[in-house]
Amino acid sequence: MLILEQALNGLQFGLMLFLLAAGLTLVFGVMDMINLAHGSLYMVGAFVAAWLVALTGSFAIGVVGAVALTFVFGMALEIGVLRTLYARDHLSQVLATFALILILNDGTKMIFGNDLPLSAPAALAGPVELLPGLQYPAYRLLILAVGLALAALLWLLVQKTRMGALVRAGASNRTMATAMGTDIGRLFTVVFGIGAALCAVAGALLGPLLAVQVGMGENILILAFVVIVIGGIGSIRGALVGAILVGAVDTLGRTLLQHVLREFLPPQWASAAGPAIASIAVYVFMAIVLAIRPQGLFPARGG
Amino acid sequence: MPTRLPRHVVPAAIVAAALASVALPASAADKVKIGFVSTLSGPSSALGIDIRDGFLLAVKLNGGKLGGLPAEVLVSDDQFKPDVAKQLFEKNVKRDKVDFMTGVVFSNIMFAALPEAIDNKVIYISPNAAPSSIAGKDCNPLFFAVSWPNDAYHEAAGQFANTRDLKSVYLVAPNYQAGKDSLAGFKRTFKGQIVGENYTKLGQLDYAAELAEIRAAKPQAVYIFLPGGMGINFIKQYVGAGLGKDTTLLLPGFSADQDVINPVGAAMAGLFNTAHWSPDFSNAANQKFVAEFEKEYKRVPTLYASQGYDAAQLIAAAVRDTKGKLEDQAAVLKALRAARFDSVRGPFKFNTNQYPIQNYYVRTIGNDGKGGLVNKSFNEPILKNHGDAYVQSCPMK
Repeated sequence: MLILEQALNGLQFGLMLFLLAAGLTLVFGVMDMINLAHGSLYMVGAFVAAWLVALTGSFAIGVVGAVALTFVFGMALEIGVLRTLYARDHLSQVLATFALILILNDGTKMIFGNDLPLSAPAALAGPVELLPGLQYPAYRLLILAVGLALAALLWLLVQKTRMGALVRAGASNRTMATAMGTDIGRLFTVVFGIGAALCAVAGALLGPLLAVQVGMGENILILAFVVIVIGGIGSIRGALVGAILVGAVDTLGRTLLQHVLREFLPPQWASAAGPAIASIAVYVFMAIVLAIRPQGLFPARGG
Repeated sequence: MPTRLPRHVVPAAIVAAALASVALPASAADKVKIGFVSTLSGPSSALGIDIRDGFLLAVKLNGGKLGGLPAEVLVSDDQFKPDVAKQLFEKNVKRDKVDFMTGVVFSNIMFAALPEAIDNKVIYISPNAAPSSIAGKDCNPLFFAVSWPNDAYHEAAGQFANTRDLKSVYLVAPNYQAGKDSLAGFKRTFKGQIVGENYTKLGQLDYAAELAEIRAAKPQAVYIFLPGGMGINFIKQYVGAGLGKDTTLLLPGFSADQDVINPVGAAMAGLFNTAHWSPDFSNAANQKFVAEFEKEYKRVPTLYASQGYDAAQLIAAAVRDTKGKLEDQAAVLKALRAARFDSVRGPFKFNTNQYPIQNYYVRTIGNDGKGGLVNKSFNEPILKNHGDAYVQSCPMK
């Protein structure tokens, strides 16, 4: 039962990480742009959701509204600011998007304040009996459901639609895709918007579990980059596998690994060592992938 | 064309200014300057905000004065970051030349910033964090804890668990000094079995993994020390995971006061917690404090606010008893140790290590009669005239 519950926890964390990583990998893969401000879009989504929920009293409206507004905001950001960065080298992109993080952090602080409260809807505040003896919080089940649904939706979008084909072509070989006549400009705008919308879903859903505060995007951003390196730049499938792997390792470190460590370490050391080892394991795994298979586990790039 | 001053005026003006600037420090202090550094932003900001509001209320009720001298309180936000707190302390001590430093909520932040005050011979009055190390071998004549020793609430909770015949408890606390002190305190008095001891990351907000462990361990009760936003999230997720039905949740006052009750809501009803103070204490000082706080800030004060208020009162007593001669630090320290003020918790006295000796009570969360929840205390203290376990190691006698 414990293993099952922890597996669900790891899956839930992994799926939310996937939502961030998917947008990031698309932007990096299709537009060849490193966007450090991706975590800030996650923060913006969470703040707008918290603000809307307080305004309307409805969690659903808050989440949906936040996604829509962040989608528009993402596109506006792309057209207004980021377009100029495509032609430039990665270092310039890093510097510019880092500046964007600082601007968005302070902008959010000025508009909304340092933090906003966000609670899960009261209907989902209790547990659900999945199996006799296994009770799981209803709200986390919602996150799992939304995460899986979006993963399926993205797969459909990328594999079965024309736009998805264009995205895959652009990720695989951008020069060729442009030469074949795709309207790259509009594609990029929409891809960026979708990435922003996915961030907003993660931000709004995780808000009640974590805290909606300025700077919340930075920590999760680093993990998202690790995920896309492991999974392969530009590959949605890689992002999913990488995210679930990272989620599983993180949860293992916080729980099962600690059981082992407690056998021969005092509890304070075991409690600190478990997550630390899990964190190291994630980065070691990334290093191994970079060494053996630098294009990632499921590379999108063609020749 | 600007008119020129007569030739002798300018040098005379310079000499006069020089004389005036030399003349000023020679007299007794004409105001008391206090540096207040606390956590005023982020998930645990409610704690720092309450300490500040309690402190400033005391100043206001005394007409902007403490102990007869006008009080200038310089408030700044450490943003829950030790390095920021250190810089703010340095600014207050070196540039603003304050007479007292106070305010910090968290032990780790205080450890980083405290040397800036102590090394520059500025007295620190702690309205909250009071680690075991400074109660014992690292005790310092310039450090006064007006709150409680870090272990105290937890020793009281362990004793309460004994009276309730609880046989197995699972413990959770953040992995920093106060967290370690808390569980050490609980284990000192609790006579049953500890089935699990989990130290989480300070500031961690998602407890899914830890809650699954608790469920698997099947304890009779869970005891946590998770102040501020950490506790709010843990309790919400605890209820969400369905653990509330079979397992008793025991809390220290830190995770059961108004700052947690308001966001968590109805799930808190009936929970027991331990503290040195409760809003329903009937002594005159407390009745005045609670009434004035509710009038000024439109909310029920937390124990943090009561500590901020008492810290200001302690400083006021020292200023009053030294008749404002703050330059005579030996006299100020003597006056602080005597602590002749009416604390909102009832009788107050310092131990030889300058930590309080006081009673600790069990509280339960019940209806306030207006549709909300509030803490109500039991009359008989669970620990009476209780000091701390470290005073013997302190060289101060």
